[in-house]
Amino acid sequence: MALILSVPILTIVSSVFEPTGDNWQHLKDTVLSEYIGNSLLLICGVGSCALLIGVSTAWLTAMCRFPGKNLFVWLLLLPMAMPAYIVAYTYTGMFDFAGPVQTAIRDWTGWGYRDYYFPQIRSMSGAIAMLSLVLYPYVYLLARSTFLEQSVGVMEVSRTLDCGPWTVFYRVALPLARPAIAAGLSLVLMETLADYGTVSYFGLGVFTTGIFRTWFGLGDYTAASKMAAVLLLFVFALIILERVSRNKAQYHNSSGKLTRFSEYRLQGFKAWGAFATCSIPLFLGFLLPAAQLFLWALETWSDMVDERFLELIRNSFLLGFGAAVISVLLALFLGYGKRILPGKTTIVSIRTASIGYAVPGTVIAVGVIIPFAWLDGRIDSFMQSSIGISSGLILSGTIVAVMFAYVVRFLAVSLQAVESGLGKIKPSMEVAARSLGCRPLETLFKIHIPLMKSSTLTALMIVFVDVMKELPATMILRPFDFNTLAVRAFELASDERLADSSTAALTIIFVGLAPVIYLSKIISQSRLEQGNI
Amino acid sequence: MKRLEVKQLDISYGKKQIVFDVDFSLEESQIGCLLGPSGCGKTTALRAIAGFEKPTKGEIVLNGQKLNGSKTFVEPEKRHIGMVFQDIALFPHLSVVDNLQFGIRSWPRPQRDKRSGELLELVSMSQFEKTFPHELSGGQQQRIALARAIAPKPSLLLMDEPFSSLDVELREQLAREVRLILKQEKMSAILVTHDQDEAFAMGDYICVMHQGRVQQTDTAYNLYHNPANRFVGEFIGEGALLPGVIADTDTITTDLGEITGHLMESFKHGDTVDVLIRPENVIVAGANDNQAVITARYFRGSGYLYTLKTSGGAELLCLIPGSGGLQIDQSIGVRLQIDLPVVFKRPSPGTF
Repeated sequence: MALILSVPILTIVSSVFEPTGDNWQHLKDTVLSEYIGNSLLLICGVGSCALLIGVSTAWLTAMCRFPGKNLFVWLLLLPMAMPAYIVAYTYTGMFDFAGPVQTAIRDWTGWGYRDYYFPQIRSMSGAIAMLSLVLYPYVYLLARSTFLEQSVGVMEVSRTLDCGPWTVFYRVALPLARPAIAAGLSLVLMETLADYGTVSYFGLGVFTTGIFRTWFGLGDYTAASKMAAVLLLFVFALIILERVSRNKAQYHNSSGKLTRFSEYRLQGFKAWGAFATCSIPLFLGFLLPAAQLFLWALETWSDMVDERFLELIRNSFLLGFGAAVISVLLALFLGYGKRILPGKTTIVSIRTASIGYAVPGTVIAVGVIIPFAWLDGRIDSFMQSSIGISSGLILSGTIVAVMFAYVVRFLAVSLQAVESGLGKIKPSMEVAARSLGCRPLETLFKIHIPLMKSSTLTALMIVFVDVMKELPATMILRPFDFNTLAVRAFELASDERLADSSTAALTIIFVGLAPVIYLSKIISQSRLEQGNI
Repeated sequence: MKRLEVKQLDISYGKKQIVFDVDFSLEESQIGCLLGPSGCGKTTALRAIAGFEKPTKGEIVLNGQKLNGSKTFVEPEKRHIGMVFQDIALFPHLSVVDNLQFGIRSWPRPQRDKRSGELLELVSMSQFEKTFPHELSGGQQQRIALARAIAPKPSLLLMDEPFSSLDVELREQLAREVRLILKQEKMSAILVTHDQDEAFAMGDYICVMHQGRVQQTDTAYNLYHNPANRFVGEFIGEGALLPGVIADTDTITTDLGEITGHLMESFKHGDTVDVLIRPENVIVAGANDNQAVITARYFRGSGYLYTLKTSGGAELLCLIPGSGGLQIDQSIGVRLQIDLPVVFKRPSPGTF
């Protein structure tokens, strides 16, 4: 099973060994170095911005007390619900030459075109800003939970050794949290590499856009998959970074006893500084773009909500729900399998199957379409030779292919949630059930599934929302004339019909908010429970 | 017929052998203890009896039925063996009564309710029927876990460090309580623990394990007064080893004079040996006796426990009742009072 899921990635990897065509040579001579340079620039920029925002807000909300802190704890997660490409075109709409902000400046000052300096949104630095604003919550989440879990003893000891808050932060907390921060950072970088919507809207030449151009513009599938293979190389480096840092994180975990750390009470300008540090990313990453979208939607929704829009919603929900159910069932199956049959084979196959999340949607799409087309050809010629009927394309260009790509891409998400749920069930619980006369399968239904209700629900929701937002794989693999909310929003925005796209965009964000809020609830609850013990 | 027989059991994880040639048996409604330091293989042996580990060699026979063999292997859920765990492992999503009835879910309703009612009364927790596990204290949870394990009337109950997650004061009290409950239910049981007080409080007999092997299987009294080897002597109770030389068939010369008494083992004249000295064997005497210096003292409620250093440099423990007028660095005269000396041959230097 896990093997089938790794087919797309293996396809891409094997394309390296295929003979090179002229196009590849041409690409290598001309744009490849630009792609590599731009991609590196992008991940460096997004990485450092996300680190800065994520770590500072995590530290403030974990260790300090200032006005609004309890709200910020979960409000800071909201930008996660924002797809980067939607934020990107919202900002473009607001800050472009013709947008309300620049128009207002011109009206107010009487300046004309080129009389003043205004940062160009559709640029590399614009892309860095957009991606950092929506991706920093990964760093924030992981860093904050390690700051909270760090042994209070260590912190208090350093305070008795005459360390001020800054010294504690630099010399104790930060080094201890480094593995978790690195893990969060590698997630941010993976998402950055996978992003297609933003960079394409801003017209930047990076790998994902390059693969698209080669695929649709040149029609050269081998060259496209070779390019995908180069992108995979970056991704694998990140996976290794993530694995290494996660393994370290296990050893760094602190004493089991959690007592409340006496927070630093911030007053005066320090408190306002903390307030500003937390509210700026929240404002820029969520409130401002959401408000703009809302205003646009107020103007245009009556034109946009029609039969076709309802169909978009239906398609998106159908795909999201289907992919979520399939991948959660698969995750349950794989996770429980790993638990009752712990062996090298099981672990390796699960690892392989869960690489998908790190792999950009574009790469997976290319990796899905090649073997599916081959399989379709085989089935077709078999049908023609045996019963004389052409079966046409059964798999490629159908929902099956889209669904398969989603499962490959998002299985890791559900697997992680399911595994962490399983991890909380003590092995002695199973032993107890079995010594009380339960067979293994009965144990799964009587003990594991009831105990894992909430983590399974989390997995379902996250996959659902990820599918709703997914753009590149859907665009490559979708059947003719089949649209989703994400694709439609992106198409309208690319046609400069920003206001028209806002209804679809808001729907995506609205649906995406549900799991983010649910997750933050779970997080604050688990803190409470730990506090009670 | 014996309730349980474990014969020449070997267990390995991969290439690493954990349990070597373990042998013991349990009579009807008897409580046995596997006692040893952590990593001695006692939990592994217990898991093998429950059916969660497959022995590489040897036999486990329950009620005359062989549980493992080259062809037959009785699955854990078919063995009818109850278990109680260190981490308690109550099902958090079920109420107390549902936890109790989990193992007897196939019984008809009236019998089930009767049994769980009986058990709740037995562990004196009738008023907690509808409570959920997280609302109970640690001791209460462990009582429910015990009741859950004995609800299906298993042929054997296994307890893996059942009290170690509880407070020290609660441990012994609960151990005595559990012993009464098990005796009342006529339950045969095995307790695994590293805490000898617990083993003494619970067990009819105790099997001391070290490095995967059984060192001695005996009553608590015999383990204390007549340990089979150096490990058991040092592991059980307090005490110290005093070096000496065999002077005669029943006499040993030491720093603190001669010790006489019947020796269980036969030694040659001139053999170097260690004599096990318990704190109660050391008696304070007059200035004419052999002198020892006090190096440390600890308050023990009814008296003080002193560490003494003999002229030859050996350390001894000595328990003296009363308010403890003796000070550190003070020199006192001591005498040994031993009826049956426990003597171990000293390993020759260089061998371990």
